[in-house]
Amino acid sequence: MDSVSDLKSKEIKRATLNELVEYVSTNRGVIVESAYSDIVKMISANIFRTLPPSDNPDFDPEEDEPTLEASWPHIQLVYEFFLRFLESPDFQPSIAKRYIDQKFVQQLLELFDSEDPRERDFLKTVLHRIYGKFLGLRAFIRKQINNIFLRFIYETEHFNGVAELLEILGSIINGFALPLKAEHKQFLMKVLIPMHTAKGLALFHAQLAYCVVQFLEKDTTLTEPVIRGLLKFWPKTCSQKEVMFLGEIEEILDVIEPTQFKKIEEPLFKQISKCVSSSHFQVAERALYFWNNEYILSLIEENIDKILPIMFGSLYKISKEHWNPTIVALVYNVLKTLMEMNGKLFDDLTSSYKAERQREKKKELEREELWKKLEELKLKKALEKQNSAYNMHSILSNTNDELKKKPATSVG
Amino acid sequence: MAGAAGPAAGSGAAGGDGDDSLYPIAVLIDELRNEDVQLRLNSIKKLSTIALALGVERTRTELLPFLTDTIYDEDEVLLALAEQLGNFTGLVGGPDFAHCLLPPLESLATVEETVVRDKAVESLRQISQEHTPVALEAHFVPLVKRLASGDWFTSRTSACGLFSVCYPRASIAVKGEIKQYFRSLCSDDTPMVRRAAASKLGEFAKVLELDSVKSEIVPLFTNLASDEQDSVRLLAVEACVSIAQLLSQEDIEALVMPTLRQAAEDKSWRVRYMVADKFSELQKAVGPKITLNDLIPAFQNLLKDCEAEVRAAAAHKVKELCENLPIEGRETIIMNQILPYIKELVSDTNQHVKSALASVIMGLATILGKENTIEHLLPLFLAQLKDECPEVRLNIISNLDCVNEVIGIRQLSQSLLPAIVELAEDAKWRVRLAIIEYMPLLAGQLGVEFFDEKLNSLCMAWLVDHVYAIREAATSNLMKLVQKFGTEWAQNTIVPKVLVMANDPNYLHRMTTLFCINALSEACGQEITTKQMLPIVLKMAGDQVANVRFNVAKSLQKIGPILDTDALQVEVKPVLQKLGQDEDMDVKYFAQEAISAVAQRLRKLDFPVKDSEEPSAPGADKTHLPRPRGPGEDTGKGPAYQLHVNTRDTLPQLEIGELVLFSQSID
Repeated sequence: MDSVSDLKSKEIKRATLNELVEYVSTNRGVIVESAYSDIVKMISANIFRTLPPSDNPDFDPEEDEPTLEASWPHIQLVYEFFLRFLESPDFQPSIAKRYIDQKFVQQLLELFDSEDPRERDFLKTVLHRIYGKFLGLRAFIRKQINNIFLRFIYETEHFNGVAELLEILGSIINGFALPLKAEHKQFLMKVLIPMHTAKGLALFHAQLAYCVVQFLEKDTTLTEPVIRGLLKFWPKTCSQKEVMFLGEIEEILDVIEPTQFKKIEEPLFKQISKCVSSSHFQVAERALYFWNNEYILSLIEENIDKILPIMFGSLYKISKEHWNPTIVALVYNVLKTLMEMNGKLFDDLTSSYKAERQREKKKELEREELWKKLEELKLKKALEKQNSAYNMHSILSNTNDELKKKPATSVG
Repeated sequence: MAGAAGPAAGSGAAGGDGDDSLYPIAVLIDELRNEDVQLRLNSIKKLSTIALALGVERTRTELLPFLTDTIYDEDEVLLALAEQLGNFTGLVGGPDFAHCLLPPLESLATVEETVVRDKAVESLRQISQEHTPVALEAHFVPLVKRLASGDWFTSRTSACGLFSVCYPRASIAVKGEIKQYFRSLCSDDTPMVRRAAASKLGEFAKVLELDSVKSEIVPLFTNLASDEQDSVRLLAVEACVSIAQLLSQEDIEALVMPTLRQAAEDKSWRVRYMVADKFSELQKAVGPKITLNDLIPAFQNLLKDCEAEVRAAAAHKVKELCENLPIEGRETIIMNQILPYIKELVSDTNQHVKSALASVIMGLATILGKENTIEHLLPLFLAQLKDECPEVRLNIISNLDCVNEVIGIRQLSQSLLPAIVELAEDAKWRVRLAIIEYMPLLAGQLGVEFFDEKLNSLCMAWLVDHVYAIREAATSNLMKLVQKFGTEWAQNTIVPKVLVMANDPNYLHRMTTLFCINALSEACGQEITTKQMLPIVLKMAGDQVANVRFNVAKSLQKIGPILDTDALQVEVKPVLQKLGQDEDMDVKYFAQEAISAVAQRLRKLDFPVKDSEEPSAPGADKTHLPRPRGPGEDTGKGPAYQLHVNTRDTLPQLEIGELVLFSQSID
């Protein structure tokens, strides 16, 4: 809290910690059973704390400089020591598990919210080692990360260590045994996919997309639900996020199996068709770049009968209308590629384009007509109700009239 | 139409059934399934119209099953659906059939998105009230149980909000079950669920029998308040208020206070913050005796907490705390037990703490009375008026009225003036803006002499500030000052200075003159406006900058109603006509707008009959958009057209309006 008081004592503490780090890393056989308890106690006493409120209440991790931990000079050494301890060849998880337990891990995970990236970096390595060495804690760690993420998505929208936790998860997922447990699939669908809705997606999107792709490489049958999930959460107003989503879709398409592709081509290309006609040129450009990807091209070619009718309308329209010349040029190339894939279908679509537009307009009119009728019906029903009330009341008010003289007429 | 509606009503009902079959459910469902989210959303928002078209029976047998089955959609659509269903009881056939709405709402209460779930729970709570006690036990309670034992945390979270609505109307056996379910959610494995349970604990306690509160709720409360996660513990503090309200003094002391004491010293600042933030509620809930013994010492600790957030939250509560102390002995307690801590906070290192304190500290003056205020509080106010942080100074100045009542503002004026001057010249325009807003208040309290002597020049200087928002605020400030000090004062001190600016080389300043005239003319009245302001405005019509010229047109339109007909006819009209021929498009536009406004006024004066006719047609103001009209249009053609529009638009409304009046007159 106060970095200038008690300087002398702080110096002594620093020197002692240094000495400890040095001692465990250069000597063998020094981590004896009796030391574990004290070592864990020392670590807990130093690093476990309620993180202070942020200096900047509107802290924006994308824009602002983080507030650095004031006690870093000695906390760093504690982390350093902790790591050396965990990584020492003498370290015995079977003894340590008495002290490094669920409560310990729980507190460790809470520290991932630290605003100081240096601390989060240490925590990442530490947690990774613990996950590797303590088999009994694995399920617990996953569950707690799950809870942290859910709270982040649905409650606070704020947690500094999301990227670090995802990075660890990336390597955890990599090691999942097949077939995947229901718990892991649930984590993918109910936590990782909804995580795409977060405001600060840019801060951890790379790690998140890596995790998703890891899952799909393990189990290709997850492709359909994953893509449908992404389509459900597709950004509506944030073009920066839309570009990220497109990037992730391309990563997924890179590893997709042709049979899986068939299952999602229709909804997926409807979305891509919207993206290519986005008036934000970066979004349009990112989507059009799909046509530079050999593997995606081969998938499109295989399914051209399905994809061309979906894409044609938007491509045709923007080839005439888009404000950005780069996009128009790219669209021409794409149209050319598609034409080469199936010239006959392309010609048919070109000639039926106008009729299609008109049919759409007609449908639009019909919809308006339908709603107009429904509204009229509603009004009529409301009037009927009013009228029946009116009739009732006029009978009543007539009798009233006779009794009291002109109460109703004074209103009318 | 009004006449026809009555007799046709009978046959209309019969025909209505025929109409219904025109809308096969398939067409409507197509709309609800449309590919375009926006269209789907539109259809869902008009779900009541669809239900009305289908009639109650088909809504129950066809529409609701469809809605229940196809709940996989964008959250936005689901949110709209959850909201609609809360008001659907009438559309499915009234309370007897309210339970038909439960299946779709149950699915909605399990989705991930919090907003949707919360809305579904809100609708469920609403509908629960429409169930008969039998239906409640047959349909609603089983739903709550299913949600409470759901696999995924979302359904259990939603369940937490439903216990309190079914408990009061359930039978004893079911009551026991409900409590059992709630108890298990309070110790749920998932922190999200425990948070939901903790946040509903107070609400649930309120509907329970007192014995159950003591024997069952209090243990749950104690557990949640010592949860491993601070996000759960802090919610228990909120529940503490509701629980304490239900218990006797001894019970509070024995059952609640140990936990509350612990919360006030929690190792997490978030929990302590919560205690500080809820302090007034807690104080009222535990009563005066416990407040004196326990809460005051806790409050002292919060005021010197190591986290600034906590200190600031506590500082905010200083006034309320003091106000709510029992009047007997209040002064002594404040002087001995609170004031020493406040004195420390005046020179706190954190500006949020100081500014929180500054926003309430003046309120202590009324509580402590004149002598104490002068001796103890005044030095603090003076120190805060010199604080380095502008927000602190502003907060003091904005609350001057409290002190004014007790000791009069003169005591402060020596220190006040430098503080005001400094804020008036602050580099941040928002600070300047804030102080301007307090000027009318200050003027009222300091009196006209002091104001003229010290503050008037400041007010005039703001008129030429380089930020528009400041100039704008300065003009409206002048208007408020004139309202306070009267027209004579305006004529002597303000108006001449404003008018001089009409010759300023900077066109922005020349425009400020016009804006001031717009603001001041009404307060100053016809004479000053006609004799002093109007000539200047007219002269500015020849300005070389187009912005000035079209603002002249706007000003003339604005002050037109204050001038008499002669001035309008002889002086204003020719100038506007000249501007109407201006080479600049905007000048022309605004000149024409002004011309038509002025012409309308002149015409109204000529034909007073018409004048009284127009406003009698309701809705005239809404349908008539202020748009520029050609000079030829307002010779009589305009009103006729307008009247036509009015008849068409207002007739149906009128009928309904009458009907409503009728039915009310019966009651």
